[in-house]
Amino acid sequence: MQKYSIFNLVKNAFSNHENWDLAWKDPTPKEEYDVVIIGGGGHGLATAYYLAKEHNITNVAIIEKGWIGGGNVGRNTTIIRSNYMHDENGLFSEFGMDLWRNMSQDLNYNVMFSPRGIINLAHSDAQMNAYARRGNSMRLNGIDAVLLNREQVKEIIPMADFSENVRFPIFGGLMQPSAGTARHDAVAWGYARQADSMGVDIIQNCEVTGFDVVAGKIKGIRTSRGNIKAKKVGICVAGSTNILAEKLNMTLPIETHLLQACVSEPVKPVLDNVVTFGAGHFYVSQSDKGEMVMGGDLDGYNSYAQRGNLPTLQHVLTEGIAMMPFLSKLKMLRTWGGIMDMSMDGSPIIDKTHIEGLYLNCGWCYGGFKATPASGWTFAHTIAQDRVHELNAGYSLNRFSTGHLIDEKGLGTKTWIS
Amino acid sequence: MLYINCPHCGMRSQNEFSYGGDASVKRPKLNKEVSDQEWDDFVYNRKSLRGKHLELWQHISGCRQWIKVERDTATHEIFRTFKADEEVA
Repeated sequence: MQKYSIFNLVKNAFSNHENWDLAWKDPTPKEEYDVVIIGGGGHGLATAYYLAKEHNITNVAIIEKGWIGGGNVGRNTTIIRSNYMHDENGLFSEFGMDLWRNMSQDLNYNVMFSPRGIINLAHSDAQMNAYARRGNSMRLNGIDAVLLNREQVKEIIPMADFSENVRFPIFGGLMQPSAGTARHDAVAWGYARQADSMGVDIIQNCEVTGFDVVAGKIKGIRTSRGNIKAKKVGICVAGSTNILAEKLNMTLPIETHLLQACVSEPVKPVLDNVVTFGAGHFYVSQSDKGEMVMGGDLDGYNSYAQRGNLPTLQHVLTEGIAMMPFLSKLKMLRTWGGIMDMSMDGSPIIDKTHIEGLYLNCGWCYGGFKATPASGWTFAHTIAQDRVHELNAGYSLNRFSTGHLIDEKGLGTKTWIS
Repeated sequence: MLYINCPHCGMRSQNEFSYGGDASVKRPKLNKEVSDQEWDDFVYNRKSLRGKHLELWQHISGCRQWIKVERDTATHEIFRTFKADEEVA
């Protein structure tokens, strides 16, 4: 593989950048693979990369219905954080933070990781107490957390509404300084390029139409480009998990919902951090291009549409304007939607299934992007060793029947509970 | 914007409604031995169909009645609406 470096950049400049190698190949599917990963999104590509890198399994195919990085890894708001209270989520995400910090070097691809800090605003004394508790839990798990009072928040984000007579006055906030953002497409492309260089076949425009299961054991998959035999199959298709589960006669604790995001016109640098509104569901950051990147609630009903509806956008942006009134002066540049696996407790599933050799990675709700490296790493471990790693042991499929839910916010599909 | 034809009030915008999920899920019968699997299926497991989906909505800013709506989850087209106690063929 051609290394991306200043020397290669200069060298290729002499030939007008016309002779760069392709970042990844376009192979025809082989007859058989050791592992087939269904879904060429961030998690699927990361899984293939860590299978090759950590477990030396390189006879791997990624099967993608559309093009790699065309789903939620290309549609999210690029926020990376590990500000969770529960051990399962906190330790898993903080493990991911270490992978994020080294990702550009590890992948030889600039993912533009920017640890600019995230601030969750509090709007009542009770919320300040809850944040103090969450911050303490985070610090016990080795995650950085700082409780800010009103004046400290005002110093960091003076453009927020600090007037006295508002419905949701800002009491303070909880900050994770090491949280931040990254360039989402680069994450997908970086993983794809490295996985490809280690022998992984990235097969695009190939839809999975069925599974071959014999005597409770996976034998292969059927696709729009023919049957492919596989010793192990990993499903990594957030947003379409229920569709594949139906083909396996499985019913999962997941509903598929629509989530929207939007960006404003680009403006000069005004916001250094990621900021979330604490009296609803709204968050904002500023991209390197200057656009304000905003998002919030689900549209609220089952959907596979990948495009949103205006009432939710209006609701979300009303919260945004309550938090930062200057946002009302900006023109909207773009809105878009993606489809989410909403699990019933709001936490993901990375586990084996009742079918031998079939593994499931799903249920990422609002938080799939930041989990990309940790999800790929633990899913690769689960597939390669045929057992879960301690980091994803809590993300089991049967926790719903055994009662071991991870109710970080107790939300899941029922967004109205908030 | 979705427009939902409330069987009690007529055509109204989605802003007046709140969503209640899959209407085909049935609570296990009372006074009967219920297995863990049956509870699991009732409380957590959902088919989440792509295409025609029968679902519950509540006309929360209108008559406050629960209704059933048959809607396409891929196109958002609404085909039919029913009163909550109407059987759907």
